[in-house]
Amino acid sequence: MIQKINFDNYDTTGFYDEMIDNDHLIRPHYTVFKERLQKMGWKKLNYLQHSADRAQLSLGMTFNVYSDNQGVERILHLDLIPRIIEGRDWLQLENGLKQRIRALNLFISDLYNEQRILKDKIIPKELIFSGAYMKECEGLRPPENVWTHISGSDIIRDEDGKFYVLEDNLRCPSGVSYMLENREILKRTFPEVFEKLRVRPVQDYSHHLRDMLESLTQASPANIAILTPGIYNSAYFEHAYLAHQMGAELVEGRDLIVKEDRVYMKTTKGLQRVNVIYRRVDDEFLDPRVFRKDSLLGTPGLFNAYKKGNVVLVNAPGTGVADDKAVYAYIHKIVKYYLDEDVLLPNVPTYLCSEESERKYVLENIEKLVIKQTDASGGYGMLIGPKSTKKEQQEFKVKIKSNPRNYIAQPVVNLSRVPTLANGSIEGRHVDLRPYILFGKEIKIIPGALTRVALNKGSLVVNSSQGGGSKDTWIIDN
Amino acid sequence: MLSRVADAIYWMNRYVERAENYARFMEVNFNLSLELPPDVSEQWKPLVVTTGDWQLYKSMHIDVEKNKVIHFLGFDPNNPNSIHNSLVNARENARAVRPEITREVWEQINFLYYFVKDGLSKKQWTKKDPRGFFLDIKKGCQLLYGILDSTISRTEGWHFGKIGQLVERSDKTSRVLDVKYHMLLPSVDAVGSPVDLVQWASLLKSVSAYDMYRKKWGKLVPIHIAEFLIFDMGFPRSILNCLSHAEQSIHAITGKEESYTNKAEKHMGRLKSNLEFADIEDIFNHGLHEYLDNFQKELNGVSETIFESFFSLDNFQDQTQTNTQ
Repeated sequence: MIQKINFDNYDTTGFYDEMIDNDHLIRPHYTVFKERLQKMGWKKLNYLQHSADRAQLSLGMTFNVYSDNQGVERILHLDLIPRIIEGRDWLQLENGLKQRIRALNLFISDLYNEQRILKDKIIPKELIFSGAYMKECEGLRPPENVWTHISGSDIIRDEDGKFYVLEDNLRCPSGVSYMLENREILKRTFPEVFEKLRVRPVQDYSHHLRDMLESLTQASPANIAILTPGIYNSAYFEHAYLAHQMGAELVEGRDLIVKEDRVYMKTTKGLQRVNVIYRRVDDEFLDPRVFRKDSLLGTPGLFNAYKKGNVVLVNAPGTGVADDKAVYAYIHKIVKYYLDEDVLLPNVPTYLCSEESERKYVLENIEKLVIKQTDASGGYGMLIGPKSTKKEQQEFKVKIKSNPRNYIAQPVVNLSRVPTLANGSIEGRHVDLRPYILFGKEIKIIPGALTRVALNKGSLVVNSSQGGGSKDTWIIDN
Repeated sequence: MLSRVADAIYWMNRYVERAENYARFMEVNFNLSLELPPDVSEQWKPLVVTTGDWQLYKSMHIDVEKNKVIHFLGFDPNNPNSIHNSLVNARENARAVRPEITREVWEQINFLYYFVKDGLSKKQWTKKDPRGFFLDIKKGCQLLYGILDSTISRTEGWHFGKIGQLVERSDKTSRVLDVKYHMLLPSVDAVGSPVDLVQWASLLKSVSAYDMYRKKWGKLVPIHIAEFLIFDMGFPRSILNCLSHAEQSIHAITGKEESYTNKAEKHMGRLKSNLEFADIEDIFNHGLHEYLDNFQKELNGVSETIFESFFSLDNFQDQTQTNTQ
């Protein structure tokens, strides 16, 4: 006897649900998938979920959480129910993202060169120079004047289904390997649905990535390396995966050596020149001669080789300046200034604690707001007002007052939800969306994304380090 | 190929070979323990001596007991050579060279890792008969050899892996022969007694040599057994066979057919030639133990020069630009 899957008791109140609308009707782009679910029944669905877990383990899609001991590996739980996005919504996202990245790239280039935007007093100088601005990058012009080659904005949807950008992630965001492998697993899980729906493919990402990296150098054949902090890094699986997919070398800092401002790999047959480095090591660890002296992850002399134009670093050092959550609040001005356009894809409203009137509002309404440290990511250094204790609120008030520049606040956005398997039933869980953007000779956005899902009931934090999982994301045209 | 990567491939293969050998030793020894007459004690200590882990075992346990030895050699995270640790290390190295190996290779190593972890959590050493577990480990490793053989291109990486495997294999064969031979030698007069035959057979089985030895020599004769395990060019686990193939792999890496370009090549070549010109009668006259002991020292030396010649990252500090592209 098949135990049927139905959505009769599925609760949608208060949130935008990606699959079922407020009248409890299945949204049209989810009908095929829903029919498949109903046909298969619970037993089969549970079995498939179990197989998906096993597949992730056997592929080694594991990560170490920073606080864990070495050797403790976890998988990023993949929930089988996909997040499906309609083609017309996707088009809107695509246009919005391209606009933002183009503007932000011009912004970064301007900051490290002419600084027109500061001279024209569009953005206060103090805000820039007190942030992640890197003096070392002044006067630099990377190939094609592209700084943000790889980015992955975090996008959310509010109660009304409207899209907002939460962060632009201009410093080599992770997760794209999960987008690709999740798709492989789901193709094995729901072949009949894929056949019917014509989901847009994501598999050529690694080809586009390689093409983009090659386009940055004159060398032919180009020697491309991915620079990883090593096997204990939480994103190591991804570094190895991308190197494997692209046929690039996976190197650690100690595998490289700089001689006469050129970068070489240490191979069994001597030194071999490297032309492009897709580095997954943060700016401050890249080169102990220029940045953090104690860094063992980088290579001495690397930055100078980069400055001389003898190696391309992807992303360019210094992009963090535009990743600052306080700078982010100026995006509408940045887009207007460089492109003379209005922002297509807006930010979540942001209060700058550095501004006196806004700080006053934040301190008085802290229990209603989300407070974020401007230079933190990964769900760390934040306070979710409505879910916090008085004591925590007090602690954040002290922090804000002592260093206002370091904090911003945003209203709590009730992220949209997608049906998710939860202890033998299907319940709505909050999600965000991270598409991946490549910027070389042109901007390319792969029609897919990593959907991160907060697995804990009611939770709005989707970060993998804090109980988040993932979903495959399907873009389909009607 | 990156020096660090070559190093990791070498060790990945060594660790898998080590795990396979240990698993086979355990299975064979367990089998042997079932067939001994009541007056002969079970031989778990020689097993720990064979693997070279006796000093460590002694420091951790006061007595030698079947379960303790099985735990120590199979699962103990505090024994760097246990099957558990060998497979953890093999996987760690595989992770470091993930872009160099195929998905199939990775998945099999990963499978072995989870299998041995599962064995640890299920306390396999407390089971009445853990042979099935060790058999599965052995087969899992052999399956991996097959996958490597049929999915990896014969480039540098393959050859470094091969060298790692063969160095480990010849080391284990020499150890089994050394320890077991001397344990059995006092009973040489009693050759032909049922106990004796079982023991000599188990020595051969420890290195998967029983069937092939039988085919070649028929009767179980100590000097022939020693000759077979040291010199037989046709048998894939004999010391000479391992070294010949390892030498070929080094030549394939350097691109030199007959000449010797670096220390590793020279050292390996010399060790192999010494073997080629040796004679079993001479070896017995001078003492088999001394001979094998010396061989193991030389083999360690080879391993060190391989590291110096190919893997060490320090080589590059003072080197001027050579071979750049």
